[in-house]
Amino acid sequence: MTREIAVVAFAQTDHRRSTEESSEVEMLMPVLHQVLARTGLKTADIGFTCSGSSDYLAGRAFSFTLALDGVGAWPPISESHVEMDGAWALYEAWTKLLTGDADTALVYSYGKSSPGSVRDVLTRQLDPYYVAPLWPDSVALAALQAQALIDAGDTDEPALAAIGARSRASATTNSHAQLRGSVPPGDYVVRPLRTGDCPPVGDGAAAVILAAGERARELCERPAWIRGIDHRIEAHSLGVRDLTDSPSTRLAAERAGAFERPVDTAELHAPFTAQEVVLRKALRLDDGVRVNPSGGALAANPVMAAGLIRIGEAAARIHRGESDRALAHATSGPCLQQNLVAVLEGDPR
Amino acid sequence: MPEVLKAPLVVEFPFTRSLGPVQSAFLTGLREGVVLGVKTADGRTLVPPVEYDPVTAEEIRDLVEVAPTGTVTTWAWNHEPRRGQPLATPFAWALVRLDGADTALLHALDAPGPDAVHTGMRVRIRWAGERTGAITDIACFEPYDGAPDRAGGHTGEFEDPITGIVAHARLDYTYSPGRAQTAYIHALSGQRTVGERCPSCRKVYIPPRGACPTCGVATLEQVEVGPRGTVTTFCIVNIKAKNLDIEVPYVYAHIALDGADLALHARIGGIPYDEVRMGLRVEPVWTPGARYPDHYRPTGEPDADYDAYKELL
Repeated sequence: MTREIAVVAFAQTDHRRSTEESSEVEMLMPVLHQVLARTGLKTADIGFTCSGSSDYLAGRAFSFTLALDGVGAWPPISESHVEMDGAWALYEAWTKLLTGDADTALVYSYGKSSPGSVRDVLTRQLDPYYVAPLWPDSVALAALQAQALIDAGDTDEPALAAIGARSRASATTNSHAQLRGSVPPGDYVVRPLRTGDCPPVGDGAAAVILAAGERARELCERPAWIRGIDHRIEAHSLGVRDLTDSPSTRLAAERAGAFERPVDTAELHAPFTAQEVVLRKALRLDDGVRVNPSGGALAANPVMAAGLIRIGEAAARIHRGESDRALAHATSGPCLQQNLVAVLEGDPR
Repeated sequence: MPEVLKAPLVVEFPFTRSLGPVQSAFLTGLREGVVLGVKTADGRTLVPPVEYDPVTAEEIRDLVEVAPTGTVTTWAWNHEPRRGQPLATPFAWALVRLDGADTALLHALDAPGPDAVHTGMRVRIRWAGERTGAITDIACFEPYDGAPDRAGGHTGEFEDPITGIVAHARLDYTYSPGRAQTAYIHALSGQRTVGERCPSCRKVYIPPRGACPTCGVATLEQVEVGPRGTVTTFCIVNIKAKNLDIEVPYVYAHIALDGADLALHARIGGIPYDEVRMGLRVEPVWTPGARYPDHYRPTGEPDADYDAYKELL
């Protein structure tokens, strides 16, 4: 790697069950303004812009082009979009900065789940021949994974409830979180998963700014340097995979250099409690690592933004001097099908 | 702020998908009550079968029949079935490894309750009464305590193989248009066209979407424009649209309402289609009870100078 690239700013909305009074761009725009204000940059100063979103969530065709209205894309900017979580938009922006084509990048993502039924919407990402015609919703697939972990002796229902409780307790200090404090385990949604094992459904947006080398030091007192970032995917057929393990996460972490030295903090994108069990194992996180001090996706899960928020939260802790080396993880697809791992570091203090 | 507007929105379409040779054999087999797997280079049998080896990415074509009986590898109890799911009564989702297969197939398992389901339990396929060559030809799995069924020796060759499927998809939404468009639609229902001005470049957007696409800032100042405007450009529509009761040919035009910096589009009526021209002055025509103008018609004013609207083309 020839260039050092860092996250220099992060902003997010307050994540809420519904933002029906706002369009997507109206929800997103304040976050774009905040993240730019944190660096003093204007749209015209940004070398590359990349976003992540899915039109299926709110049922609005080409919503990502309308969202660009909030950027101010004139004169024409260098821009790209992925139909994925914003963490993958960040990956594209990182590669763009590596090439030297740009010194700064704006990455944003947003998700408005409130207009539709996200459990059903997510069935449309599944194999259209053998799986999607059965409409297995996102909670059902996560429940199959949870039961496999219970059968393997990796966890049990009380342990899963404890993950939910710890996450919502951590979120009490996160003013952006949707679900905070004491949240009861609740009834089964799809057994063995209860409401407390599932993420809140909600709307939200997030944005980060990346900068390379000296530019990063100018824009941020303590940049969160991306020491490594990688993403890997597993076979799409659930019945081919070992649902109790995540070899794609492990490999991405290895390639990102996560195992070279211990991290002090990990922001994991585990929308369901049982998925944290899989990720802790794959990432070899011991009890000394602070996992999801933000509350994680169990406290706020704006789909398409929740992964980018993990990177933003990890970076923000480095900016504030609360972490020196942090791991951020993002996932996509059913049962942790695709995983991205980034390792972030602050300069020695 | 006015009440948030909401309306039901249904996104629905049939996807017509062609099948690869392995998918075709598998789904045709289901139609015939036969379950086929495919052999990988390392000798595993994948059910459901795929066109390419998930490990080596090699093309795989070696089909082999497996039994309609198998073992649950994991499950989840679904007490509230959702639209489109295989059973309307509570059931278990299950991954089932059929006898003779090395991988598991996702489907529903019909059982009296969660206490009747466990990983490792034996199940068999319950076939749908009417089968078309789709994954839903398997109605579901059901508990089975007999000996493993023997797989036949089917080769995967069928006389009348299916080559495609039609997959229906429907998603229901409650659409709300956001702050700016809600205000626009409310005003329009009172026969007023109200745009929003950008605080930075001062342009007035019709219809407003809440943000100035040039400056990237919120447009908050409301500005009433029109009702009259100028045709900036137009086209002549010669093909009748389905479900639209308008005689062709007719003219569809971009209209810059007086005071607006963005042209909106609408149909032009009240003038022969071949007399519409750039610069024509028009006004909205409302039908009683409508929430938006039916069309625009000539005002009779002299045409606008080209210079007056050239920036709005």
